[in-house]
Amino acid sequence: MDFKLTEEQQMAQQMVREFAQREVAPVIKESDRQGGMAAFVLPRMAELGILGICLPLRYGGQGMDYISLGLACEELEAVDSTLRVVLSVHIGLNSLGLLQWANEEQKQRLLKPQARGEKIACFGLTESGAGSDVAAIQSSARCQGDEYILNGEKMWISLATKAHHCLWIARTDPSAADPHEGLSAFLVDLEQKGVTRGDLHGKLGMRAGSTGWIALQDVTVPLQNRIGEEGEGFKIAMACLDNGRYTVAAGATGLIRACLEASTTYAKSRRAFGREISWFQLVQQKIANMVQFYDAARLLYLRAGWLKNQGVRNTRETSLAKWFATDASFQAAAEAVQIHGAYGYSDEYDVERYLRNAKGGVIYEGTSEIHQLMQAGYALGYRVDAPLRCELPPYDSEFWQAEI
Amino acid sequence: MNIAVCVKQVPDSAAKVVAEDDRVSWGDAPLVLNPWDEYAVEAALQLQEAAGGEVTAVSVGGESAKEALKTALAMGCTQAILVSDPALAAADSQAIAHVLCAAIQKIGGVEAACFGRQAIDGDMGVTGAQTAHLLGWLMLGLVSKIEFKDGKLQVERSFEEGIQIAECPLPAALSVSKDIGEPRYPSFMGIRKAARAEIPTWDLAALGIEAPASVVRWPRISNPPVREIKTEMIEGGSPQEIAEKLVERILEEKVL
Repeated sequence: MDFKLTEEQQMAQQMVREFAQREVAPVIKESDRQGGMAAFVLPRMAELGILGICLPLRYGGQGMDYISLGLACEELEAVDSTLRVVLSVHIGLNSLGLLQWANEEQKQRLLKPQARGEKIACFGLTESGAGSDVAAIQSSARCQGDEYILNGEKMWISLATKAHHCLWIARTDPSAADPHEGLSAFLVDLEQKGVTRGDLHGKLGMRAGSTGWIALQDVTVPLQNRIGEEGEGFKIAMACLDNGRYTVAAGATGLIRACLEASTTYAKSRRAFGREISWFQLVQQKIANMVQFYDAARLLYLRAGWLKNQGVRNTRETSLAKWFATDASFQAAAEAVQIHGAYGYSDEYDVERYLRNAKGGVIYEGTSEIHQLMQAGYALGYRVDAPLRCELPPYDSEFWQAEI
Repeated sequence: MNIAVCVKQVPDSAAKVVAEDDRVSWGDAPLVLNPWDEYAVEAALQLQEAAGGEVTAVSVGGESAKEALKTALAMGCTQAILVSDPALAAADSQAIAHVLCAAIQKIGGVEAACFGRQAIDGDMGVTGAQTAHLLGWLMLGLVSKIEFKDGKLQVERSFEEGIQIAECPLPAALSVSKDIGEPRYPSFMGIRKAARAEIPTWDLAALGIEAPASVVRWPRISNPPVREIKTEMIEGGSPQEIAEKLVERILEEKVL
C-alpha cells in the first residue's frame, strides 16, 4: 500500500498553501469581522486555476486528480472555512456534477467556463422547508415546449450572490408516486430576469464567506440546460453530495491542523505556574487528541479521494470521512479555545473563528445525524448503493491532461 | 534571446540552523529553492515575456537540488539542468562561478543570466558577479525592474537613496532584488510539467572543465552569541507617572 503523495500532488498542495497563507491569511480576520468575502479572492482563485483544479483540460480545467482537490481543500480551510466552501460548491457540488451527468455539448458549453473560473457556480438544493428531507422540495419546473419554467426559492446557498450558474433541483412531476422520483436538475443562468437573490447575515460562523438565498419567478430554462433525464434530480443531487462532502471532509481536516498548530504554538509560549503550559498533562492530552483527529481524518478523506481516482463508488467512505472530520474539527476547535484560555475567547487569536466555522461543517452537506444513519444503514444492510446511470469518471491522467 | 537563471537549494528559511563542531546543521528541515532565487526566476520569466526565447534554470548541487529546479520549472522555466560532481563537494563561490560559467556556455545562445542577490545559507552574495566576470559579461546588481528595448536591457536599480535607470547591451548578468515583484506561484500546468521532467545532470567532464580550485575555507563556524535579555517592569500610580519613569530609563540606558 503506497501512502506517498505524488510529486504533482505535493506541489499542487504547496501552491494552494502559499496562496492561502500569503494572500488570504493576512486579511481573513478583517473579512470575518466585516462579514463578507474580500473582493480579490474569487478572481485570484480563478486566475491561479484553483477553480478548475481537478477538471480535465478539455473542459477548461487544470488536469489534476481528485486527491489534489482534497489537498487543496485542506490547505484552504487551514486558513478559513469560507475559502474551502468555494471549492465545495463551485467544484464539488456543481462542476463535478456536470462532469458526471452532463452530455458532451453541455460540458463544452456550461462546464468549460466554470472550470476556467469565468463563471462561478453554486448548488441549489436546500429550501427553507427542505434540508435533510430532500423529497420535501417545493421548487417547481414546468415543461413548456422546448423549455422549462422554474419557480421557487432556495435557502442557505453558498455563493448565492457571487455565482453565475446554479445547479438547481426542482420538482418536475408533482404526481410521482415516490416524491424522490419527481425531481430534476437544471443548470440555471442566474443573470436573467426573474432571478432575485441576497445574502444572509447573523450567522454564527462562515462570516468571511457568502451564504444566501435565490428566488426564481417564472424563469425560463432551455431544455438543453436540463442535466440528466427528467426524474433523475434526486440521484444527481446525491451524487453531487458525494463530491461536496469529500471537499468538506478534506477541509475540516485542514481546520483540525490549524487548531493543532495554533495550540502547540500557544502552549509553548504561554507560561503558568512557572513553566510553559505545554508541559501540563491536561494540555498535552488535548494536543494528543488533535493529532489523532488529524491523522484519522486525513486518512479517511485520502481513502475517499483514492476511491474517486479509481472510479469506485465511495458514498459510504465519503460520508464517514465527512462525519468524522467535521465532528472532530468542532472538538479540536473547542479544545484549542480552551488551551488559549481567555485569549482564545477573543478574536485577537484565530481559534474562536475556527470554533464558529467548525459548527457549520457539522450541519451542512448532511448533518452528523444523517451520516450516522447512513453508516448504521450500511452496517445493518438496510442501505445499498445501486449503480448509477452515470458514475463519476475515474481519474485518467491521459484523458484529463490531453490538450484538445 | 535565451536566458539562464542560476538557482541554489538551501534549508527552508524557517529551519533552525545550528553550528556544532564547525559544521552547520538544520535538522530535518526541508530544502527549498533559495528565496532570493525565486525573485531571479521571476525576473527571468518577465524578461522572457518581453524578449522571447527560453529560460533555463541551472543549479549546482547534489541530486536533491533537482527539487529546487522543479520549483523553477513549475514557475514556468522552459528547462532545467543540474550540475553535480563529487569534486564540487566543498566548492566555494569562486569555484561555483567557474562551473556556472561553463554550464552557461554549454547551454548555448544565452544572452542574459539572472541571479538572486544572495543565498540565505552562505550569504556571500558574490556568485553572480564572479560568474559575470568569468563570462566576461557586464553585471548589473540589485535590479528591481527589467525592460528590453532595441536589443538592450534597461533596468531599474532601487536603493534606499532612490532609483537608478541603467542600460546595457547584451550579454549581461543581473542580480535581482525583491522589488522585482512577488515571485509567481507555480501554475498547475507548470506543476504537471515539472513532475514529469527528466532533469539532465552534467558532471565536470560533461562541462569539459577540471575541478576548479576552492580558496575560501570556513575554518570556524559558531552560533551567534546568546543575547541576554533582562525584563524590567515599570510600575507607577498613573499612566503619566509610568511614562515619565520609562522616559527616564530610556535616557539613562542611552537607547535614544
